[in-house]
Order: sequence, then C-alpha cells, then structure tokens
Amino acid sequence: MSALVARGVVVRYGPTIVLDGVDLDVRHGEVLALVGPNGAGKSTLLGVLAGDVDATEGKVEVLGRSLEEWRLRDLARERAVLTQEHSVAFPFPVEHVVRMGRAPWRGRSEEDLDDDVVAEAMATADISHLGERSFGALSGGEKGRTSFARILAQRTGVLMLDEPTAALDLGHQEAVLARARAQADEGAAVVVVLHDLSLAAAWSDRVVLLAQGRVAAEGPPAEVLRGPLLSEVYDYPIEVLPHPVTGDLLVLPDRRTAKEQP
Amino acid sequence: MTQTAPVPTRAPAGVPTPSRRRPTRSAVFVVALSVGLLLASLVAAGSGQLVIPFDQVVGSVLHRIGLDLGPMPTHPRGDDTLWSVRFPRVTMAIVVGAALGVAGALMQGVFGNPLAEPSVVGVSGGAAVAAAASIAFSWTFAGQWTIAVCAFVGGLVTTLAVYALARADGRTEVVTLVLTGIAVNAVAGAALAFLLFVGDTQAREQIVFWQLGSLNGSRWQYVAVVAPFAIVGCLVALACARRLDLLALGERPARHLGVDVERLRVGLIVVVALLTAAAVSFCGIVAFVGLVVPHLVRMVTGPGHRIVLPASMLAGALVLVIADTTARSFVAGADLPIGMLTSLVGGPFFFWMLRRTRRTAGGWS
Repeated sequence: MSALVARGVVVRYGPTIVLDGVDLDVRHGEVLALVGPNGAGKSTLLGVLAGDVDATEGKVEVLGRSLEEWRLRDLARERAVLTQEHSVAFPFPVEHVVRMGRAPWRGRSEEDLDDDVVAEAMATADISHLGERSFGALSGGEKGRTSFARILAQRTGVLMLDEPTAALDLGHQEAVLARARAQADEGAAVVVVLHDLSLAAAWSDRVVLLAQGRVAAEGPPAEVLRGPLLSEVYDYPIEVLPHPVTGDLLVLPDRRTAKEQP
Repeated sequence: MTQTAPVPTRAPAGVPTPSRRRPTRSAVFVVALSVGLLLASLVAAGSGQLVIPFDQVVGSVLHRIGLDLGPMPTHPRGDDTLWSVRFPRVTMAIVVGAALGVAGALMQGVFGNPLAEPSVVGVSGGAAVAAAASIAFSWTFAGQWTIAVCAFVGGLVTTLAVYALARADGRTEVVTLVLTGIAVNAVAGAALAFLLFVGDTQAREQIVFWQLGSLNGSRWQYVAVVAPFAIVGCLVALACARRLDLLALGERPARHLGVDVERLRVGLIVVVALLTAAAVSFCGIVAFVGLVVPHLVRMVTGPGHRIVLPASMLAGALVLVIADTTARSFVAGADLPIGMLTSLVGGPFFFWMLRRTRRTAGGWS
C-alpha cells in the first residue's frame, strides 16, 4: 500500500491550469523527489497532497484513506508537512517552536517522550545552540532548520517537504536530506520538492519530473535525469555527468552550448 | 544525529532547557499581579470623598466573610459606602479589565497581529452602537440583560466583519487591519451620531456616557449581568491557549499540526465579542487596555498563550482598578471618564508600537 496516492489531480485557477491530470504514488521506505522548472506545479501538487489546495478534480489518499475522511489531529500524527514559508506571529523562542511539533501527541503516552524528541530534532537540525533565541531574530536558513526540526519532532511516518534545502548552506542541505533519507530507510514515506537536481539524484529513490502541470518523466534518478530530457523541460542546455570517483550523477547547466545559441 | 549526515552537530545533552526557567519567572509574575490586584482593590475601595483607612477596609471585608478580625470603618456610613458603592465599582473594574485584557490577547492571537485590539479595530464601537440603539429605542426584550445582549450581538457582527474584511490569503497585515479599524470606527461613529440625534434627552445623556466610558454608577446587579459573560469568555479562552500558540505558525502549519483553524478562529471571535460585550455593556468604551496590557505581559512572560492569557486577565484587572481610582481622585470632587484616561495613555503607546512593529517586523506585514 502506498502511503500517499494522488489520482487524476487537476487544479485550475480560473482559466489557468496548474496541474493537469497528475498521478502520484509515494511508498513507504522511499524518498521521492519532485522536480521541475518554476511554475511546473510542484508546490501545488504537494499542497494538494497536504490538503492545503483543493483539487478541481481527482482524489488524494493518505494511508489508504481519502483525505477528507481523516480527522485533522489523527492525520497530524501520521504525516508532517514542511511548507515553504517560515514565519511565526509572535517572538516565540526556537525551542518552543520545535516543541509545537509535539502538539498532536498531547494527552497520549508518547507525550512523555517530548523532551527527548525535541532535543534530538534540534540536534539533527543543528539548532540546539539557538534554543532560547527568538524565532523572528533568526536568519533565513536558521528559520528553515527550525521548521525542519519542528517537522521531525512530530515523529510521523509520512514526511512532505517543500524545498527543505532552500536558504540552507551546503552542509545543512546535506544534513537535512540525509535525515530524510534515514527516515525513509526506517520505513517512512518521504516526498520532497527540490530545485537542485544533483541533490535529487544523490538522495532520492525515485524522481518525478513535472513540466507544465503534467508528469514528464518518472523513475529512478538515472532514468529521469538525462541531459536531453532535462534540457527540453527546463528550456536550457543541461548536461548530466557521473562523478569521476563516486559515480554520483552531477546535473550541470551546459554553459558552452548556451553561449553558442542565439 | 542519525547515521549518515556529515555535518557535526552538538550532542543532545547540550540542549538548553529554557522552558524550565520561564515558568518560575512567569509564576512570580502571576503571584505579583495577584497580590498587586488585591492590594490595589482594597486601596481603591478606601479612597474617594469619604476616605476609609486601609486597615478598616480590610476589617470590613474580613467581617463580611465571617472573620471577627481588624477594625470596622469608624465613619457611620463607612461600611455602607464600601459595600453599596465602592466594592461594586472595584469589582466592575476587575471584571471589565480582565475581559479587556483577555479580549486583546485573544484577538492578537487570532489575527496573528500584535496590534489587533477591540477598540482599535472597531469592535468596541460596534458593540457600543448596538447598546446605544437599545437605549435610544428603549428596547427591553431581555430585561436587564438587554443592553449586554445587544452589545454582544453588535460586537459579534463587527468582529466578523473585520475578520472578513481585513484578511487576505490567511493573513492580516498591519496596514489592512488598522485601515479596516478606521473604516469600521467611522461607520460606528456615524451610527452613534444618528442615535444621539434621534434619542430623547435622557437617552442622549446615556449614550454620551458610552462614548466616554466610565465605571461610575456600578451596582452589584450590573456586575451580576457582566460577570458571567466575562467568566465564560475567559474560561473558553484559557482552554484554547495551546491551539492559539500553534496558530502563530500560520494557518497551514497549524492545520498540519491538527488544529481546525477555521473553527477555532470563528469560535474565538465569538469569545472576543462576548468579552467585549462584557466590558462595554455597562462601562462604555474603555480603549487600548487590550492593546497595552498583553503587550507588556509578553515582555515579561514571552508569547506563550498559556501564561499570556491568565497574566493579561490579572494585569488588565489591575490596570483598570488603578485607572479608575485615578479617574475619580485625580481632580477633587470630579469623576473623570476612565475611557478618556486609557486613551490618553494608550494612544501614544499604540503609536510607539506601530513604529516598533514597522521597524522590527521588516515593514508593514
């Protein structure tokens, strides 16, 4: 059984078609990367899966149950969503923000683990030293890591991450995706929207390439991330090379070809 | 740290535990507020044209609750004055102040905006219009509760209107909120002017009293009408404190954490209207208490609503008891309107907060 299922999802805003009949499966134990150019519908698709965006047509299931059938609080114990926007209305300290991730577990036996879970999540996101700082006073990357820690503290089997690496430096990008990878290896279903295709190649099991609201390609990174296909979808010359030592895929803009073009 | 991540991270053992220290500081603050409120109430009850010394006020209270301790008021009309004039008024100040403090903190939580406040956004005005209408047209459909019920309905309609008008994409920007308040207050002002025009002399006098705001003439039976509104409102607010914290994350993240955001918002708006009605129905518009009090409380306790709400309740009561005592003893023989006093202090404070919000929040959003 897939953790997340979307079938025939269509999203229209007036005459604009943002998603045009998208099917998606996210299985337990895998990291699925959603990639595609700006405006391809990645975040909208994640929004539909999360229940934030109402699909014009199509259906979404979480753990075999239709999204509308879930009680919000039950759902919050099964899946966590990292949105792109990180803002907190009042100057809550970082530790308090992370602890908010434990809210769905209140009144249950898991509540006893709160302190440990919060501490572990903060250590993973490398924000332990920021615990007492006000959220509003953090840098963009630190805010992103705090939100990530909050999602981790939620301790769910399904993770939906919308650009978790945005505004993060190289080391923290790796750390965040390594953690997502580790969660998947323990059985979690992870769907992550990424812009950096090399990161998608390195950390995901499957890649779904969206273009203009449709799935342009789907499969293991080596199959989807091919130069000609990417060049066409991104409308820019792109080359994919294996790393000379590790063999990891490196996705790079082909600047020589770009210069030759008129 | 799990497995593969190459970035060295600090051990969990190094995690600071700020949550340990805050509660003690907050607990001290709450105790201080409670003691302050008690002392201020007793002092307030003793001051006025007929001065009753502090120990005699305490003695009178102790005798009432069956303890034969302390001196009784020596003035022949002392005890009577205390229990038929002073204590109802002080109690009314406590109830109204508590309601305003909680209403302000709630509204700020619901709108995710530290500048939201019943009088600023026009909810007090809306409630006062409905209450004034019931005076001008001599409505009595709910007996002595009529004014309070009208104030509640007026407040509710206004809050819902502000909510619908000032929100865009799940957020309320400072500018939109303040401008909406101007629009709503303008309409409320016009409606009040109309009611002044059509009302007879007696109604006119009563309506003017609304606009000024005063605790003069508080009686036990009025307290009995207002207190249930305030108590129910405060209790519901306290029960929602944790969810209000989550709301600070924004609409979507709060829902992803299991909060039914729309239902919570609408429910709390009803509570805000209830509390505002409690404050407005007998005392008129007492502005800015809901703005100043929660803000000062947050500076001490931090923004967690589980402490901000009860502390705002106590601090609001304390502020109003002090303000009312000042209002009736500042000029000898004159009972100044308390609404004038709070606006005098609150207006500049509001301006200062606007400047500050603009600077620290990086603009007008």
